[in-house]
Amino acid sequence: MINLHWLYIFAGAVFASFAIGSARDRTNRKRWGNSSFWGLLAVSFWFGDLLGDLANGILVLVLVGVGGMHLLGREGSETASQEDRDRLSQRYGNRLFLPALIIPFTAFIGTLLFNTTALKAAGLIEPKSVTLVLLGTGVIIALIICQGWLRPPALAAVDEGSRLANSIGWAMVLPQLLAALGVIFAVAGVGSTIGALVTAIIPSGSLFLAVLLYALGMVVFTMIMGNAFAAFPVMAAAIGIPILIHADGGNPAVIGAVGMLSGFCGTLMTPMAANFNIVPAALLELKSQYSVIRAQVPTAIPLLIANIIILYVFGFHQ
Amino acid sequence: MIDYWPLLGIALVIIGFVLRFNPLLVVAVAAIVTGLLGDMPFVKVLATLGHGFNANRYVTISYIVLPVIGLLERYGLQERARALIGRMRAITAGRLLILYLGFRQAFAAAGLKDVAGHAQAVRPLLAPMAVAAAEKQHGKLDDDTEERVKAIAAATDNVGLFFGEDIFVAIASILLIQGTLAGFGIELTPFQLSVWAIPSAICAFLIHGSRLLLLDRKLERRK
Repeated sequence: MINLHWLYIFAGAVFASFAIGSARDRTNRKRWGNSSFWGLLAVSFWFGDLLGDLANGILVLVLVGVGGMHLLGREGSETASQEDRDRLSQRYGNRLFLPALIIPFTAFIGTLLFNTTALKAAGLIEPKSVTLVLLGTGVIIALIICQGWLRPPALAAVDEGSRLANSIGWAMVLPQLLAALGVIFAVAGVGSTIGALVTAIIPSGSLFLAVLLYALGMVVFTMIMGNAFAAFPVMAAAIGIPILIHADGGNPAVIGAVGMLSGFCGTLMTPMAANFNIVPAALLELKSQYSVIRAQVPTAIPLLIANIIILYVFGFHQ
Repeated sequence: MIDYWPLLGIALVIIGFVLRFNPLLVVAVAAIVTGLLGDMPFVKVLATLGHGFNANRYVTISYIVLPVIGLLERYGLQERARALIGRMRAITAGRLLILYLGFRQAFAAAGLKDVAGHAQAVRPLLAPMAVAAAEKQHGKLDDDTEERVKAIAAATDNVGLFFGEDIFVAIASILLIQGTLAGFGIELTPFQLSVWAIPSAICAFLIHGSRLLLLDRKLERRK
């Protein structure tokens, strides 16, 4: 059965190709830093399950050392000039969109087919990983088509992938590291401590204040942890379940779903959610790494207010 | 008496961030300090960190698209995206992004959250298209306006994803809510939860959509 491990082997190969491509870029003084960073990530994807927890922990420390000590970087060497790009763009025309669209198309049609035909019962792909596995399949198909159709130089895909990877740099692994921090927080009992703290300071008697504190708690904790997943169990155990659901008789479906969505408003406002907020600023070559967050705050705040109203009105007054 | 010391890790994340240390370093230090203060021996802290990192590899998987996108960019994909928008008369930056927002929400609601994203859609397609549309409305964009248009394109992808995905019943966050509530004896089906993501999704479309219409008005006013 094809599961995430197959995808990890492919992803490890992609990261290894970033290591090779980075090492090849002689114009970049930081090429060995870049190369070792992607190399370590490739080792993690390939051998993570064989290494054991402690060796993985040491790997994480080395990865953080390389990524955190200014050893990564990109020195603006473009692989093709603007004139070349304009000329090639004219030559290949709108057909250039096709390989790019193959990836989502494979994921979309593939998931539909998988869920509506006998493929699911055939047990070829693990059901919970199906979209990601098909995403990987789409990438492989698109690569093969590009190689056959465009006939680029042998290592062009490696060099171009590395170029993009190095413009993202360390931010690529921050969300995964934050997920690991969440695991440590859980073992060390941070969640229950916060829960006890919140329960101690919450004023009794005001339903609206309790709703407000629940939603704002989700936002603040989400902003610190970079995602709402770490925040939800803590705030649900501290306020959502004992106060809003049990004491005040709120609708648990609303308290659960809209509580999580209040946290998502926090995700829009935090640099810790690097994959959503910092990576695109790097990918789009923006001058400030906070530009995407600045563009999101004016949506996030009214949306948070809307969520608080939904919680208060539909959670209790039906 | 509650032991408040493990909370120091959270304070370290905030302080480290305010002082602009590299976030990878800050998070690693916060993890180790929190573990030690939580009475874990150093070796166990390191092993827990390694275990957590390894178990969450899927978080980093979407970057496997970079070689394909990079290759297509070398052959002029971004230039093509701009040219395509240049020929469509009725399209504006705001309308383009509203259309994308609606599709992104709908696809995410159907469980297809990985079909778009910053590396595979925003950088090579959506951002150049939005800039091209804005240039038709406004003439050549100055640096600040171009930065704003690109940033709001990325923002639109995030808003569409976040406020669409929870309508899908089998998404991780819905299963997490279900599991957390079940731990307290409250049994709900994923469907009961996911329908309550719909009101917020509508609000997100209306709020972000109005901002995109305002963007159009600003672009046209400053001609």
